[in-house]
Amino acid sequence: MSDLTTEGKSVTSQKNVMVPSTHQGEVILSVNDLSVSFKTHDGLVQAVSHLSYEVRRGQTLAIVGESGSGKSVSSLAVMGLLNSDNANITGEVHFDDKELIGSSADTVRQLRGLKMAMIFQDPLSALHPYYSIGKQLVEAVTAHQNVSKEAARARALEMLNRVGIPSAEKRIDDFPHQLSGGMRQRVMIAMALINDPELLIADEPTTALDVTVQAQIIELLRDLQKEFGTAIVIITHDLGVVADVADDVIVMYGGAAAEQGPVREIFYQPEMPYTWGLLASIPKAGDEGQLDPIPGTPPSLIHLPKGCVFAPRCAFRSQVPDNACATTRPDFEITGPNHAARCHLTTEQRQTIRLDRKIGK
Amino acid sequence: MLFALSLITYILFYAVPTDPASLSCGIHCTPEAVAANRHRLGLDDPFYVQYWNWVKAIFVGRDYGTGRVALHCNVPCFGFSWNRQVMVTDVITSVLPVTIFLAVGAFVLWMTVGVITGILAARYKGSIFDRGVMAITLVGFSLPSFFIGLVILIFFVVRWQIVPYPDYVPPTEDFGKFFMAMILPWTTLAILYAAYYTRLTRSQMLDTMNEDYIRTARAKGLPEKIVIRKHAFRAGLTPIVTSAGLDFAGLLGGAIVTEKIFGLHGLGSVAIKAVEDLDLSILVAVTLLGGVFVVVANLVVDILYAAIDPRVRLR
Repeated sequence: MSDLTTEGKSVTSQKNVMVPSTHQGEVILSVNDLSVSFKTHDGLVQAVSHLSYEVRRGQTLAIVGESGSGKSVSSLAVMGLLNSDNANITGEVHFDDKELIGSSADTVRQLRGLKMAMIFQDPLSALHPYYSIGKQLVEAVTAHQNVSKEAARARALEMLNRVGIPSAEKRIDDFPHQLSGGMRQRVMIAMALINDPELLIADEPTTALDVTVQAQIIELLRDLQKEFGTAIVIITHDLGVVADVADDVIVMYGGAAAEQGPVREIFYQPEMPYTWGLLASIPKAGDEGQLDPIPGTPPSLIHLPKGCVFAPRCAFRSQVPDNACATTRPDFEITGPNHAARCHLTTEQRQTIRLDRKIGK
Repeated sequence: MLFALSLITYILFYAVPTDPASLSCGIHCTPEAVAANRHRLGLDDPFYVQYWNWVKAIFVGRDYGTGRVALHCNVPCFGFSWNRQVMVTDVITSVLPVTIFLAVGAFVLWMTVGVITGILAARYKGSIFDRGVMAITLVGFSLPSFFIGLVILIFFVVRWQIVPYPDYVPPTEDFGKFFMAMILPWTTLAILYAAYYTRLTRSQMLDTMNEDYIRTARAKGLPEKIVIRKHAFRAGLTPIVTSAGLDFAGLLGGAIVTEKIFGLHGLGSVAIKAVEDLDLSILVAVTLLGGVFVVVANLVVDILYAAIDPRVRLR
């Protein structure tokens, strides 16, 4: 924990808080104080700062945030998919009784695809254009299991059927470009779950898809989770998806957790002005008039503001005395049994603002 | 395509202001002899008739003159060399094996070395190995073939005497001797091309290594070796195959400098000799042949595209 103090006030106090989940399953993944930075020509990019969370069996954790908030980078760090040449990763990632940060590349590789799997945003670019989907699925099996090609292919076919590919025995030899976007994402899901992993990280799995297809994919993920008890970390900026699938939510801003809590509380009793802004910017059916976007732009991860990273865009910073929002980084503080937020506003101030603005109604 | 090529080369060379009939006649030449010569070779016909006869000869053969001085040219007939008093086809078939062996050997050598080094350089990007390879290939790439050839000749043959001066024999006769004769020309060409292919392969690999499907392959838990070999290399192969096809075809058309340095009698040296002698019929044939190689190579490359990339295949 790095406490730089100026004039007696802590500037970058980063108290590391593990927010307990409402979920009661066995802990599958435990991320503790994870930080990721990249050296670039423009300076050090602090992509993720002091992130902590737990995911339990059967639980779905949603990580929400804008582009560049660190949500994808943190997951790639968990999977060991960041280029170790230029990424500096600190903290702990505990999975399958192993500490992954600092483990050999081969140790993490053997877990990838077997015990933890990942699906990506754009299934067209994420599938190899030159190999049939059958080959790519078979490869996912034989990378970890010593089985015959035929057995692997049978397993691939079984998974394709399971994720709802119609006439799978015909499509198995198709190439990715011959399938529709939704079918491709189904193939990605089949590939990720083919070895029955304990953890699935889904990085914006529906962003590149049609709205109707999005709903089908989300439905599929939910079914499969029920069936296999997989722990899911879903990364998204779509609050609709969050409301659909998540048990718990982490709202990320500027590389750090801004708020974390059970999905109901995030929607009905949000504690942090950034979350308020996110909720206000959801278009509602039947709502006339304009959307209510958050003014300003996300911070540069090279030059993070000294105080609260959200302060420059925050409408309520004047309510905090001593200009604290501009000078002191707020701690990630427990605000409820399963809830934490990073904000200088007092509980009473938040309550008043929520009532005034009808936030979380 | 090939038709246009043949017409253009034919026009180009026959536009040259020389008179083969008088050139092949000798010093003591009467106007009557020149005229007779001209008639015998069909050079008194209008241009389009000459061209037609020439094209026809490729497919059905041709007879020059009649009676005592008659000559028959077998299919495929590319004409008659007035200077050498031999059939062009015979000249070409006698030197073609040398050129083919030279091109194939060099091709195999440079592709193996270039592609493997390029992959390794990309795999260990930024390492000392990578930087060293990049520096060496920059030098190799910049040096002209006559320089590389001469340096190799001076050191390996003259100074150290590791290899004898190339003395070509067909591989069917004495493979060891053939190999010793070809090793230096192969190396010379391979150095030149391997430098380029190393850089090409490296940059292709670095491009594809950033693709999403490479990340997927890693996310599956595949060993890095397989990720590179099966996923990244396959995807980066298309431009390499394109270049390789054209370069190989170019070499089949004759490696003039390298053949000259090592005293090999291939298409390249025949072409040079033909230029010096203004031997138009040979020159046209060699040029056409070079063009044919390029066209065929393009066709082969296109077929390979379909084999590499399923998106190119027709349904």
